[in-house]
Amino acid sequence: MALQKVTGVSIRGIGACVPATKINNLESAVFATPEDAKRFVDNTGVAYRHVVNKSGICTSDLCVAAANKLIDTLAWNREEINCLVFVSQTPDYILPATSCIIQNRLGLSKDCFAIDISLGCSGWVYGLSVISSLMTTGNFKKGLLLVGDTTTVTKSEKDKSTYPLFGDAGTATALEYNPAAKDLHFHSGTDGAGYEAIIIRDGGFRNFFTEASLQYKEYEGGIARNNLQSELNGASVFTFGITKAPQSVKALLEFAQYNIDEVDYFVFHQANMMMNDKIRSKLKIAAEKVPYSITDYGNTSSASIPLTIVSRLQAQLAGNSKTLLACGFGVGLSWGSVIFNLDDICCTGVTEL
Amino acid sequence: MKEKFLELIKETLEIEGRELAIEDKFKDYEEWDSLGLLSVIAAIDEEYGVVIEGNKFKDIETLDQLLDEINKSK
Repeated sequence: MALQKVTGVSIRGIGACVPATKINNLESAVFATPEDAKRFVDNTGVAYRHVVNKSGICTSDLCVAAANKLIDTLAWNREEINCLVFVSQTPDYILPATSCIIQNRLGLSKDCFAIDISLGCSGWVYGLSVISSLMTTGNFKKGLLLVGDTTTVTKSEKDKSTYPLFGDAGTATALEYNPAAKDLHFHSGTDGAGYEAIIIRDGGFRNFFTEASLQYKEYEGGIARNNLQSELNGASVFTFGITKAPQSVKALLEFAQYNIDEVDYFVFHQANMMMNDKIRSKLKIAAEKVPYSITDYGNTSSASIPLTIVSRLQAQLAGNSKTLLACGFGVGLSWGSVIFNLDDICCTGVTEL
Repeated sequence: MKEKFLELIKETLEIEGRELAIEDKFKDYEEWDSLGLLSVIAAIDEEYGVVIEGNKFKDIETLDQLLDEINKSK
């Protein structure tokens, strides 16, 4: 099993930024009738979502805004930040790597390790695994993990099964080398056999962009989309999520030798309410230990775990030491869980851009 | 088992004012859609402890076949 223990790295702060444009799903034109809209909101939990719309805002813009506020609140010297990991599937360009552009925009030292990672719903957990592994030796003292997506840009407005489910967000997590930090424990999993469960087929190097990429095609259930838009096999992802997420959490608890009662909060990727409730009840976790942000922000892909922490747990975390378990699962298929401690972290909340 | 299964599907799809039959082609129900599919997968997992893969539903047409699949997967 892919299990890891990482020592000597602590999370110092987390912040998030969302686009200012807020959509009320009950009033969304994507649904044929108000009853359809209500049923969707009741089942998925997604009442509101923040979207970039056609503003041109990129994931990097949201992450940079969140990072600037976090760095300033922590009163960190930007010259001392020499490790930057950016996780997203909505980068600025095909090349160069967005992390390089962000290094400059944030005014970080040129003596900086910067790397992009392409993962979605599992992205924050994997990003945390990578950056903490890089920092564990003490060679990097201060690091930034920037994670987010603007997936609404890739959804077809003629696809009522995906279009109203997603929201956009960028997040920043500040990490520091600290030999006294509590250990981080990770479990990771991958199943590429399911790569087509969530996919954008054209525009990469397997299938180049062509004029045909723009042509809308009709699918079952009144769905239409083109090959530059994301395709989501809801039932496959659902069965995957309700199976793998509980398994991963159990494997991690056993490895880290924690029992469920010793974890203060379980933060799951915000996939949809039906799926998340199912995962929670399978693990028999009390509802008050499982915060949700999906009602106000939708499924925000890789940003969902840190966004849930800052939007729902800010008051509980201030001045306290809490043990959290986070679990991300989705596109890849890729999944991962982490147990970590948050000790009086700087939580800069959710800002709007 | 059959009665209980029919009741489960009826409740899950929020079907009112009629009874279901085991030979029904459930995908023809007006209440059936992508959300209904997820609800049915979740309800079957809850009741029988079996997760029916989403792809399996392509080959399943009647409630009888769905019940067979549950029994096979147990």
